[in-house]
Amino acid sequence: MPTSPSDHPNRPEAGERAVSEVYDLAVVGAGPAGLAAAVTAAGLGLRCALLDAGPRPGGQYYRHPAPGLGAVHPERLHHGWAAFAALSSRLKVHTAAGRITYLTGHQVWTAERGEIWRLHATLGPEVGAHAVVRARTVLLATGAYERQLPFPGWTLPGVVTAGGAQAMLKSGLVLPGRRVVVAGSGPLLLAAASSLVSAGATVPAVVEATSYLHYAKGLPTLAANPAKLAEGAGHGATLLRHGVRLRRSSAVVEAHGTERVTAVTVARLDRDWRPVPGSERRIACDALAVGHGLLPQIELATELGARTRETPDGSVALAVDSGMRTSLAGLWAAGETCGVGGADLALAEGELAARVIAGRPVPPALRARRERRRAFAELMAAAHRPGPAWTEWLRPDTDVCRCEEVPAARIREAVEELGAGDARTVKLLTRAGMGWCQGRMCGPAVACLSGDDRPRADSRPLACPVPLAQLAGPEPS
Amino acid sequence: MLTRPPYDVVVVGAGVVGAACAYYATLAGLSVAVVDRGPVAGGTTGAGEGNLLVSDKEPGPELDLALLSTRLWGELAAEPGAAFGGEAGRGTGGGFGERIEYEAKGGLVVASGEPGMAALRAFAEGQRAAGVEAVEIAGERLYELEPHLAPGPAGGVHYPQDAQVQPALAAAHLLRAARSAGAELRLGETVTAVRTRPDGSVLGVTTDRGQIDVPAVVNAAGTWGGELARLAGVALPVLPRRGFVLVTEPLPRIVRHKVYAADYVADVASGSAALQTSAVVEGTPAGPVLIGASRERVGFDRTLSVEVLRRLAVQAAALFPVLAEVAVQRAYRGFRPYLPDHLPAIGADARLPGLYHACGHEGAGIGLAPATGLLISRQLTGKQPELDLSPFRADRFARS
Repeated sequence: MPTSPSDHPNRPEAGERAVSEVYDLAVVGAGPAGLAAAVTAAGLGLRCALLDAGPRPGGQYYRHPAPGLGAVHPERLHHGWAAFAALSSRLKVHTAAGRITYLTGHQVWTAERGEIWRLHATLGPEVGAHAVVRARTVLLATGAYERQLPFPGWTLPGVVTAGGAQAMLKSGLVLPGRRVVVAGSGPLLLAAASSLVSAGATVPAVVEATSYLHYAKGLPTLAANPAKLAEGAGHGATLLRHGVRLRRSSAVVEAHGTERVTAVTVARLDRDWRPVPGSERRIACDALAVGHGLLPQIELATELGARTRETPDGSVALAVDSGMRTSLAGLWAAGETCGVGGADLALAEGELAARVIAGRPVPPALRARRERRRAFAELMAAAHRPGPAWTEWLRPDTDVCRCEEVPAARIREAVEELGAGDARTVKLLTRAGMGWCQGRMCGPAVACLSGDDRPRADSRPLACPVPLAQLAGPEPS
Repeated sequence: MLTRPPYDVVVVGAGVVGAACAYYATLAGLSVAVVDRGPVAGGTTGAGEGNLLVSDKEPGPELDLALLSTRLWGELAAEPGAAFGGEAGRGTGGGFGERIEYEAKGGLVVASGEPGMAALRAFAEGQRAAGVEAVEIAGERLYELEPHLAPGPAGGVHYPQDAQVQPALAAAHLLRAARSAGAELRLGETVTAVRTRPDGSVLGVTTDRGQIDVPAVVNAAGTWGGELARLAGVALPVLPRRGFVLVTEPLPRIVRHKVYAADYVADVASGSAALQTSAVVEGTPAGPVLIGASRERVGFDRTLSVEVLRRLAVQAAALFPVLAEVAVQRAYRGFRPYLPDHLPAIGADARLPGLYHACGHEGAGIGLAPATGLLISRQLTGKQPELDLSPFRADRFARS
């Protein structure tokens, strides 16, 4: 999701050297994968540029309270804060020693391939606020964004994404409401609910669309990942202690309210996620945090023709080999871009990629850790794949694309009467996905409504909006 | 023993030209199938700006085609929606013109200096003689038409006949109208062969789903029209000519016409493979401003070109300085079907009875679609076409 410029008021200047130097490696994204890759590569002697849209390292995962809030114990909201603290201090050391040039507030809008890659970044709305970073190799660690499935009332104030609720807590120390229903599908729901109750909110229900029965099919994989189990158990214990009810095979099929959300209707789902008639019940709340897992953010690579794969949860990720190489010479990927799998996997993949880029051997233990975590991620993904009949909870007037206000009925008309059979044609005929978010919010829903059952990478030649004056300006040199 | 073929004609291509061919052929009483390997408007149509231009065409066969098409688009736009399938008032209701976002907005060509203005004036003079409405606008009066135009142009010419549609909607609604009158739309079906009889005439097509016996095949495959011709055993040198379009964030109506600099006409007429850019700027009913047009022959390379974007942005801001303050929200690219003499291939192929071409319109396919469809339907039904089709013969390249 494009980060608003106001998010990074403390952006340092790019510096002359940043644009004239050719780096050994440019890492895009300073979340877990990118941080691990940059510090590992720098430690192995590579000159690195680390670009990130945000003002501080950590990405979407390691979020910080804004400095002015005076948070004393940010680690209490985080798992793995110690790992992050260690990466941060290594980043500081490498940055001070000139081995890493850390470029905050740099949002890369396109990458040009070559012997020397060129990354074009925008730094904000001002005319001259753009940069070109040149490097022999590039590692894409751009993370993921949340998958949304629309439902009647999802545009009401008080309805936030599950990740958004987490972010509000971690960076703003604020709650989206006092009585917050958490709904959707995926492991993020338990984490979000656990954070919310720990911060003092009441969570009347966690509504999970899947039955979790899928997990039983992967017992060996589960047993091989005790840390992940402990993490899940930790959330479970917290929720139990606060009396939070987990409703499985259920979904919020409507949010009610006029000024803001005041209640939700929860219905049971059959195995295809079709709401079961007569199973509806109303739950009062003043906020709803809803999410259906994450989608890899990979357009910088797919626009260049990088090969992709379909993940078990129906998303599109970059295809990489055992050394994290994409199909494009000089381009590596790590973390969520290769399939959503969480911070531990991202750390392992970032480190592994950096070792391969530096031409160093990969320790077997690191490779094994990566493979174990990846197997776990695929298992989770298979369990949380949206069922095909979720569209039955839409009403004709439910806006599917909220940027362009395109209701479900218009999309169905495009499919049934105008011959659209895929998301791109629906977009051309209805404008769904043409707005500011470029289909990041409605893309999965539009693809599903179009009847296109093969997920494919969205076309986004510009990865984010760019001020026209910056496109027109001479290249910074 | 004699079974009647299921269709009178198969149109290959569900872009705007194929849609117009299907529409007019169905209207003329023929039984039509439209076959496309992709979705509706999946090729160049879906990447077009929807220009219906007479302003950029010099007197000659293409201008005659454009003038006929301009009249036909106006007639189509005036049709009530109910006649075109679907119930009035439902979904994208309204008349046909409203559904396809038809806007008779007019074009404005501006010349930066006095020499340019003299050339533009002479060009417009010739167009007027051929039936184009072209009104010279003195430099200071340009701002009445376009208040945000940069200061300084020597003058311009206003072309009230220039118009715009949303091209994917235009194709889809023409096809819907054809379907409601009996045409069949076969999407996701690839033509793999054009079969011929011993006497050399068309027997039918083979697709990845089977055989279709049909006496007439219309090649409306756009940029891929050369490939289809090759399947039929004839040569047609259609080449892709890439173009990029920048799309700004939604804006209030700051650009009222289709506005471009006079150099655009020279770029369109050039056959050079090298990159040419001249900004064509226009607003849309939905709010975003569209900025074209670049031309380069680089095959089907889809990679974004930073240099092309830079040049388009520079030229757009030179025409409308206010655009320097907006954000470009997205960009897209398409491949125009280019023929070496910039004229489309329209009509029966003398080399293969039963094969008709309706492709190679380069960047003018949206504009020229209705005229192309009407002329093809005249030939298919043995009637006299409105225009002489000999300049558009597909075999005109054969001996070179």
